[in-house]
Amino acid sequence: MFRLEARTSTPAWFNLALPLLAIGATLILCSGLIALAGAGVVEAYGVMFSASLGDSYAVTETLVRATPMIFTGLAVAVAFRAKFWNIGAEGQLLAGAVASCAVGAIPMPGPLAMLLMALAGAAAGAAVALIPATLRVKFRVDDVVSSLLLNSVIFYALMALIEGPWKDSFSGYPISPPIEDTANFPVLLEGTRLHLGVVAALVAAPLIWFVVARTTLGFRIRVTGENPEAARYGGINVERVLISTALLSGALAGLAGVGEVGGVHFQVMSDISPGYGYSGIVVAMLARLNPLGVVPAAIFLAAVMTGAEAMSRATGVPAFLSEVIQGTALLAMLVALLFTAYRIRRVGTAK
Amino acid sequence: MSAVLEQIFQVGFLAAIIRIATPLAFATLGEMFSERAGVLNLGIEGIMLLSAMTGFTAASLSGSLWLGVLAAVLTGALMGAVHALFTVALGLSQHVCGIGVTLFSSGLAYFLYRLIFGQQSVPPNIKGFETLPIPILSGIPVLGPAVFNQFSLVYMAMLSIPLAAFVLYRTPWGLSVRMVGENPRAADSAGVSVIATRFQAVILGGALMGLAGAFLSMAQFNAFTFGVVSGRGWVAIALVVFGRWDPWRSAGAALLFAFVDALQLRMQASGLGHIPYEAFLMLPFIFTIVAMAVMSRNAVAPSALLKPFRREER
Amino acid sequence: MLAPTEVDGLFSALRSMAAQGLGIIFISHKLNEVRALTHRCVVLRHGRVAGRVDAPASTTSSEMARLMCGHEIVPPARGPSTPGAAVLTLEGISTSQHSGMALRDVSLSVRGGEILGIAGVSGNGQRALAEVISGVHAPDAGKMTIAGKTVSRFSPRDVQALGLGRIPEDRMTTGLVTNLPLADSMVLPRIGTEAFSRNGLLKPDAIRAFAEAQIKAYDIRCPGPMTRAGALSGGNLQKALLARELAFDPKVLIVSQPTRGLDIGAARFIHEKFLDMRAKGCGIIVIGEDLEELLMLSDRIAVMYEGRIVGTLDSADASVARLGLMMTGAEGKA
Repeated sequence: MFRLEARTSTPAWFNLALPLLAIGATLILCSGLIALAGAGVVEAYGVMFSASLGDSYAVTETLVRATPMIFTGLAVAVAFRAKFWNIGAEGQLLAGAVASCAVGAIPMPGPLAMLLMALAGAAAGAAVALIPATLRVKFRVDDVVSSLLLNSVIFYALMALIEGPWKDSFSGYPISPPIEDTANFPVLLEGTRLHLGVVAALVAAPLIWFVVARTTLGFRIRVTGENPEAARYGGINVERVLISTALLSGALAGLAGVGEVGGVHFQVMSDISPGYGYSGIVVAMLARLNPLGVVPAAIFLAAVMTGAEAMSRATGVPAFLSEVIQGTALLAMLVALLFTAYRIRRVGTAK
Repeated sequence: MSAVLEQIFQVGFLAAIIRIATPLAFATLGEMFSERAGVLNLGIEGIMLLSAMTGFTAASLSGSLWLGVLAAVLTGALMGAVHALFTVALGLSQHVCGIGVTLFSSGLAYFLYRLIFGQQSVPPNIKGFETLPIPILSGIPVLGPAVFNQFSLVYMAMLSIPLAAFVLYRTPWGLSVRMVGENPRAADSAGVSVIATRFQAVILGGALMGLAGAFLSMAQFNAFTFGVVSGRGWVAIALVVFGRWDPWRSAGAALLFAFVDALQLRMQASGLGHIPYEAFLMLPFIFTIVAMAVMSRNAVAPSALLKPFRREER
Repeated sequence: MLAPTEVDGLFSALRSMAAQGLGIIFISHKLNEVRALTHRCVVLRHGRVAGRVDAPASTTSSEMARLMCGHEIVPPARGPSTPGAAVLTLEGISTSQHSGMALRDVSLSVRGGEILGIAGVSGNGQRALAEVISGVHAPDAGKMTIAGKTVSRFSPRDVQALGLGRIPEDRMTTGLVTNLPLADSMVLPRIGTEAFSRNGLLKPDAIRAFAEAQIKAYDIRCPGPMTRAGALSGGNLQKALLARELAFDPKVLIVSQPTRGLDIGAARFIHEKFLDMRAKGCGIIVIGEDLEELLMLSDRIAVMYEGRIVGTLDSADASVARLGLMMTGAEGKA
């Protein structure tokens, strides 16, 4: 017989070992699908790796791809810490993209435009996140469902814009007009797409870590998430903490949209996010809700996404493998997390 | 106003409501069984998608629609078992596991579909279910053609509502489900296996979600597309709350939602030209959110919902 | 919990069942009940049999307590005290039915250096009383003062700022955050104060130092301040809660079921702390079900019945029997 036994503390190396364990298990499980598609497992993973991390250009592409997921990962990590179940990062990202695109289309000096785009995008994301938080605090509406449903609402609003007032009158394509050239985020490395937003994301992660670990807001977020009753008894205004968390989380998700508009697409279209909001959940869980861990977790998922496309071209295995890997990694990580709370003990059967 | 009323009482409109409500009714009942046993299943969206895919594929390859339905139901039950394995046996976060099951199932559905059918410019379709008029009843004016000239899966949905109510309220197993959802410790000491009952309820729920997926790809659209579910699973979760975890009320909630959805489809078609069609598409989702805001204050969820059961822990 | 008369009823029922040949295992930490009811008794300590008593009726409670603890237990003596001015007053407090029994026109006062016990069968308004005094729920009517100041806003933070210390009935769910480090739970009520933060930034060193000092001062058995709070035993958790409240010298302390579920040694420690605080001039309200504990600790005992205070006795005039009668509503205002 085996039994789960509660742990009193978790060794520090678990923070690294558990995600690696989960990722390893995921790759092994998903190799079955590669084999099913008739391709060599080693070859397929090899192509994935070299296309995403094999040379310096590939690395920059992966970083560009990781950027929105760093932001959505941070958004989810902060929200889940408070047990504010924000599954709406996708919609908040879209809102941030739309707002920043609207601002970026106004002619003004570049740096001012970028600053205002970031502010507008963050504000739009925060405003969207405020809806499920308010519904939960005031009307006790389950935040999971409302934030999920809002994703569809925001998506249709975006579609209405790009098929309506923003529609390209030349081509008739449902894409928004581009932002001003001066508002395009500067490229940091000649010949790559490594833009200012990537640096912003890499700075945001330690900043958010500091907020969670070292500020009273972070303390209140943690306590509210773990035990709202004790938090309230201890004098914490739980409702206010949830609202603050939602604003912070939504703003971060909104910034993901800002980066995609300002640094990658320079306009808004219907497929501006291939589910970065949902990937943020996977990222945050792989990072164990630690903002610092969000960066490597996002880079991993970005590598899977870029790598899967190359693998699909080279071996014919459908690129949707990257979606399966994301889902499997999330589940594998959850199982791995059991080891933080419990240890497996062998118990002798009764004699 | 009278024009609107005329619209409503058209046979086609009533029939559309029933058709739209059918997958929602299956999905909502499935989610309800799971939640009554204490397990939130956010995997519903992905489970419906994967079932729609397997059902479509099985029907397409075998030529038998019922074999397709069977495949979809088995897929749903299997994914229900997977969700139960994580949330019931291992006691992991129901929220995050559900999202994981949805991501995994959708990814797998897309992957396998692309693998089996390749990339085609026109998505393959099948000859889906045809309507099956019920003798005599379908002759009733207005109501007859709307309600009793439907797909056989629609009749199944209609029958599954009283059946679900009977199972939940009138059978020992239903009592066990309600007990493990309300007070698992009491159920445990009364000799009910909490783990087994929850597994069964989540698997049954998954099977019903599979039926919902089967209806979408084999009766409603006759094809599998990536948008075949498009949020219906999430809506079903809201409908369970709206229906206060009761089979009859949940089915009623599904009908109400279907009414709003059918209405917005009509309004889209009726060419209220200056309003973008997306505004109508949003409508059912906004309606659901508002309905939840109105209902949630009085809604009392099963007490043990979201709470894993470990015998040795208090 | 049962009223003493109901306990008598239960016991006579158990005795007649035993007389008819039924074997009964009675598990309790109430030594007098064990002595009154059982024929044989096994004492458990740390999961092992620590002793057997073949004739419980003819042994003494202190002898059985010695077996339970492994050493002699001397109940703390409550010396005389000279109560000062009222530190907490309630006047005509009434509540709506938010958690169990509502309060109806409750008035009471506690003076500095005095321990007021609140007796009653559970479910007669004790929880509502504790919640009002702790600032968790605002009453519908009535007035409350702490150290002479009227409470204008009922919130945990406001009553605490006026000098109230609180130990909740349910340590695990209301008191502590079991999944976070013990230190977090110990600074939780005062995280916004200068002691532990400035301008919204935490002072991690101060938090750690505070927790370490309290762990030492209260002999809280744990690997350190960063241990998960949930890993501690009940007695150590209660000590940690006591430490966090007493560290800031409250003028009045309200505690519910202070020693429920604790072993005799831990309970003894808690009792001594209460008497220390009393000697320092703190007013203490102890809400409890264990009448012997209340009689030992309290200067006065108020009895609650159906949301009212039906009478208050000086503990010199009180006995288990008299309190028990009042708890069933049999005796009016004393």
